[in-house]
Amino acid sequence: MIRDITIGRYFPGNSLLHRLDPRMKTLVVFAMIIMLFLCKNFYSLGLMALVIFILSLISKVPLKMLLKSLKPLIFIVIFTAVLNIFYTQGGQELFKFWIFKVSDKGIYTAVFMATRIILLVTVSSLLTYTTTPTSLTDALEKLMSPLKVFKIEVHTIAMMMTLALRFIPTLIEEIDRIMNAQKARGADWESGSLISRAKALIPILVPLFISSFRRAYELAFAMECRCYTGGQGRTRMKQMKMRFPDFSTAAFALLLFSAIILLNLNFVGVI
Amino acid sequence: MQDSNIKNPIIEFVDVSFSYEAEDDGTQKVLDKINLSIKPGEFICILGHNGSGKSTLAKLTNAIYVPQKGRVVVDGKDTADENLVNDIRQTVGMVFQNPDNQIVATIVEDDVAFGPENLGVAPEEIRQRVDKALKDVGMYDYRHHEPHKLSGGQKQRIAIAGILAMQTKCMVLDEPTAMLDPVGRAEVFETVMRLNKDFGITVIFITHFMEEAVKAERVLVMDDGKIVQDGSPREVFSDVQKIKSVGLDVPQASELCYRLRKAGIDLPPGMLDEEECANAIIKAAEDIS
Ligand SMILES: Nc1ncnc2c1ncn2[C@@H]1O[C@H](COP(=O)(O)OP(=O)(O)OP(=O)(O)O)[C@@H](O)[C@H]1O
Ligand SMILES: [Mg+2]
Repeated sequence: MIRDITIGRYFPGNSLLHRLDPRMKTLVVFAMIIMLFLCKNFYSLGLMALVIFILSLISKVPLKMLLKSLKPLIFIVIFTAVLNIFYTQGGQELFKFWIFKVSDKGIYTAVFMATRIILLVTVSSLLTYTTTPTSLTDALEKLMSPLKVFKIEVHTIAMMMTLALRFIPTLIEEIDRIMNAQKARGADWESGSLISRAKALIPILVPLFISSFRRAYELAFAMECRCYTGGQGRTRMKQMKMRFPDFSTAAFALLLFSAIILLNLNFVGVI
Repeated sequence: MQDSNIKNPIIEFVDVSFSYEAEDDGTQKVLDKINLSIKPGEFICILGHNGSGKSTLAKLTNAIYVPQKGRVVVDGKDTADENLVNDIRQTVGMVFQNPDNQIVATIVEDDVAFGPENLGVAPEEIRQRVDKALKDVGMYDYRHHEPHKLSGGQKQRIAIAGILAMQTKCMVLDEPTAMLDPVGRAEVFETVMRLNKDFGITVIFITHFMEEAVKAERVLVMDDGKIVQDGSPREVFSDVQKIKSVGLDVPQASELCYRLRKAGIDLPPGMLDEEECANAIIKAAEDIS
């Protein structure tokens, strides 16, 4: 269960998406997330879905991997959908039981919201699947560098993200190991009241905390030994460079944005 | 190895004492008046029971800690001089016991690049160094992999490559094989041996495994913050009683010969491996009959 978390997982490959400059990729994905929120009807959302589908084909990331990144969010998707079905007012009533009314508008909104969440997750996992965490944090460091004017430690933030991404799998393994150890001692998370279940988590969290502090301490030593003294005077092995495909991607994003706005105007005359 | 006597030591401990509680003198010293001189190109194994001060000694060699008394000099530089800390860490690289807690990046080659990046090496040169280091430890084919999916021995070899890419003259490994299975252990030890032979990198290898220590050029045995034995493996392991008195085991071959000698069979001291031991026993048996 805990191993399903795919945050920051990278899928090695050499597709067009893999080769794009991580800065441009990050910007475009960010723009696409905003576009998803701007979508007002199924035409604009449909266009986004089509684009994202084509992008995932280009990326050569297996569909299975993409679905896997959705798995932990299924609950949220269903919850949002159900909430929307019953909460939406107006529209034509389809059927009714007890105090609940289901209208066509409710179903419409539910499907719309669910699709939007799924697309949001897919497009952001496309970014992490095709970009190594190192390039991703490098890109963020570069993109955030104007913030240095406000004395924000951009390099430190980027390094913290790198290390967080690096340690997610390690900590997941650790949680798994601790849970198994507690299970062998008869721990039980599946039954009992909410409070007793929450209490049962304490024997997992305490060892996890202690070992995390030990890890952090050792890691700090190891980094110091490798002459890490912060961002100053540091060079990078992989230099980022904007090329023709990056500029075409930017142009494409602008085009997509205009299309979304046009479709939102609803001139085709839909719902 | 004769001219190495003339060479200046790469690491030198002069009357070094160290304790973790800095202020009061009443506390027990973790290291007590250590004198040690390590020549370039040596392969040294350090043995000692838990808490005898091995890791502390290791951490003094690259200015993680600075001695309260005495001096540690690395390649002519005093570790107490704060301006030289980066130079010293470029001379002495460290590999720790837990491979998970020393890998910084999520892709193998990015991790190996971490050291040279910190040193401000030019990008093209980092690329060359990283590729070479990965080839030298036999992990080049894994350069795009995620470290957390590798075996323990492979992870340690990545950590070693990270040090190689910094082009340090000396490598200190603090029980790098302690968390590995026998296969991983052999993998790591052989890699380090090869780097010592091929590139003349000075190696200080802390270990609990006797089969590793017997392959070293020089063995140090520590007990309660002191170096109690210092010599070739043959010299060190011939004094079985002394080794046992500091709570360590000797290699099985040495142990067997020791017991046979005590039982009155005439065997030479300091047998290190099974073959030597077997030959000596055969010879002794022929002498008797
Ligand atoms: N950070 C620390 N703060 C205080 N005391 C410490 C610290 N690290 C080690 N010690 C103490 O110093 C002594 C020597 O520890 P050290 O880690 O050098 O031993 P070691 O020979 O490496 O042992 P091991 O085989 O367990 O790794 C021990 O008594 C230990 O408790
Ligand atoms: Mg130790």
